[in-house]
Amino acid sequence: MTASAATAAAAGTGLDTALILTRVGEHLAYSGLAVGIAVLLAVPAGLLIGHAGRGAWMIAGANALRALPSLGLMTLLVLLLGAGLIPPTIALVLLAIPPVLSHTAAGIATADRAAVDAAYAMGMTGRQVLLQVRIPVALPLMVAGLRSAVLQVVATATIAAFVNLGGIGRFIFDGLAVRDYDRVVLGAVLVAGLALVLDGLLALVARATAPGRVRGLRARSPQGSARP
Amino acid sequence: MIWLLENPDPFWPLLAEHTVLSVLPTLLGLLFALPVGAALRGRPRARALAVLIAGILFTIPSLALFVVIPGILGTQILDPLNVVLALTLYALALLVRAVLDSLDGVPVAVRSAAQAMGYAPARRIAAVELPIALPVLIPALRVVLVTNVSLVSVGAVIGIGGLGRLFTAGYQRSYPDQILAGIIGTVVLALVLDRLLALVGRSLTRWDRAGRTAA
Repeated sequence: MTASAATAAAAGTGLDTALILTRVGEHLAYSGLAVGIAVLLAVPAGLLIGHAGRGAWMIAGANALRALPSLGLMTLLVLLLGAGLIPPTIALVLLAIPPVLSHTAAGIATADRAAVDAAYAMGMTGRQVLLQVRIPVALPLMVAGLRSAVLQVVATATIAAFVNLGGIGRFIFDGLAVRDYDRVVLGAVLVAGLALVLDGLLALVARATAPGRVRGLRARSPQGSARP
Repeated sequence: MIWLLENPDPFWPLLAEHTVLSVLPTLLGLLFALPVGAALRGRPRARALAVLIAGILFTIPSLALFVVIPGILGTQILDPLNVVLALTLYALALLVRAVLDSLDGVPVAVRSAAQAMGYAPARRIAAVELPIALPVLIPALRVVLVTNVSLVSVGAVIGIGGLGRLFTAGYQRSYPDQILAGIIGTVVLALVLDRLLALVGRSLTRWDRAGRTAA
């Protein structure tokens, strides 16, 4: 549906497929770079906070980041640092950190106490407990944090076009500038479609990381059996 | 902040606009989410469908919604109604889930007792279940409100957006001070509104804390 709507809108604007693919590629590159950096920063920090039970102030600080307007931060950084990839990347990284950090820390900290105690009783070291027990148990929640970060970053990466970069936002801003409404709609449909596709892919990852026991139970339970 | 000290006059109307554009959709979203949530309860299929639609709605970027709504409704692209409507839809999507979750938390015994005392369904939900659901509902409402404050500023790129207009104006004039004033104003507004809502929530749920300290 999204693809055909995009094609129809594209036909109205006379834009070719190659340009659309380039813009989508740029959009994915900006988003991927920002989410990648955010994961590299926030996952180790989240593991540390959750495992050691210290540094909760970092979570509070990250949550305060949520109130920071990305558009304001990005335009300010362009004026201070100059145009280029750095300002939008910083704005998007700060957007992606809070969900990844809070979900990782919460997942690690709330890992089943009995499983953690049993692992220690079996003689596992702190590092082994983290890597072999806490992370596998926390993985679904960590993926949920990643999903939320990806959604927000892909949606917000459109504003990179406001500071003269590429990405799907180009269609929206150029369309608004020349009052070409079809081009605006094309941009809107492309961003929404990209967000939906990425979210769907991550939903599959989330399912794959769900604890094996739960999957096994669901697979075995006969159809129409009593609900819990 | 020099800009703000020298130009306090244009700041206040933008702050007022920003406040209205973020608070109004939150309230409208709640107003719609309450009956929808109450109606969906006890209907598992309709409920699953509604949660799915809400999830899809939330993947649509705000800027995309801001620019597509005029094409659907025939409103002017500069009409603030577009922003109000888009943010109301997001608030509704988030709050329908929260209303359902919070009503799920009401003990069955309380519902049954209210029913036995002769409360009609609508009054039972408004007078008995909703107050008990508030401790779960208020935090969700706070998330929606803070999200709305930051989303409103994105509207500035299409000419509406309260304090967000300081970002676009400051950028076009290469004037970092004006942008900084906008950022500080937005963050302070988000924190103040969040705090206010938390206080309203606390005053409405005194019984909750009384019960906990007694227990």
